[in-house]
Amino acid sequence: MNKGMSEIVKNISKIVSPFIIIFGISIIFYGHLTPGGGFPGGVIIAASFVLLLLAYGREKVLSKLSLYKSDILHDIGAIMFLSVALIGFSGGIFFLNFFDKGKLFSLWSGGNLLFSNIAIGLKIGTSLFLGITLLSMIRIVYKKNKIEFYEKEEDIK
Amino acid sequence: MVINIGFHIFLLLMMVIGAGIAIFSKKLISSLVSLGTVGMLLSIYFLILGAPDIAITQLVVEVLTLIILLSAITGRDVTADMTSSKIYGFFLFFIFIISIITIFSYSYFIFPEFGNSNMRVGKEYLYLAPSKLKAANAVTAIVLDFRGYDTIGEATVIFTAIIGVMVLLRKKGKKDE
Repeated sequence: MNKGMSEIVKNISKIVSPFIIIFGISIIFYGHLTPGGGFPGGVIIAASFVLLLLAYGREKVLSKLSLYKSDILHDIGAIMFLSVALIGFSGGIFFLNFFDKGKLFSLWSGGNLLFSNIAIGLKIGTSLFLGITLLSMIRIVYKKNKIEFYEKEEDIK
Repeated sequence: MVINIGFHIFLLLMMVIGAGIAIFSKKLISSLVSLGTVGMLLSIYFLILGAPDIAITQLVVEVLTLIILLSAITGRDVTADMTSSKIYGFFLFFIFIISIITIFSYSYFIFPEFGNSNMRVGKEYLYLAPSKLKAANAVTAIVLDFRGYDTIGEATVIFTAIIGVMVLLRKKGKKDE
């Protein structure tokens, strides 16, 4: 099995990718205190999976996080962000921030900003992962004014 | 942080030169590399102007975009088609550039001074974010709380785009004619 890149790249990416995930999670969770937030953190988490995808090929990545699971996580992120907005109706207004605001510069501060950041990070990370994995799975070939889809590279002549 | 005005002009000129190379180079791989240069310089420029949130986002999204574009053009013999009528194209190009420069230099005199806008709404947000909302990062407070409608629209756009990709790139259920 000689899929993917060389051994050095494989080992380095295996060591580095958990740290990239932890860095993305810290950027999401401290989004209301330091620069960053849900969007860059989610993209960083997706980038660690893309690193594994480039180094090992897609079978290894899909064994860690399958397409079905990432689709479910994507929907959970979208529904969570919408429900954070809809919970404000219990105070009367859409998007009302009625949680306990906490102290400035502590982790629990800003009310629902933390939940919104987590929801957006989940949604953006899994959606970018889905997009790049789907683009890598299927090859589109033009043949005599006809478009054909292939799932494996061996089928292309 | 005060930075010499020459450094601003240097960074902007390098970005313009990189964009020009990306448009006019014959090989796609070299235009892709210069496109990456433009993105990285834009990230540095955001950092100098004092917007680290946008700098992080620009850097990370630029890297992922380069990976997608690079995987799209490798292994294919694609070259840019530069043969079609050059003189007509350059004529249109110069008309476009001259009209844009005229309009922008006219509207330059109406703008507020660089970095000193009359921020009536922004002052209110900068005062409310630490005092009422207790959020240290004012950008996140604006994006997710004061302007939450915009963020929900943005999330809807990305959701729709991913659903479209998943529907278009499926193998099962595609009927033959």
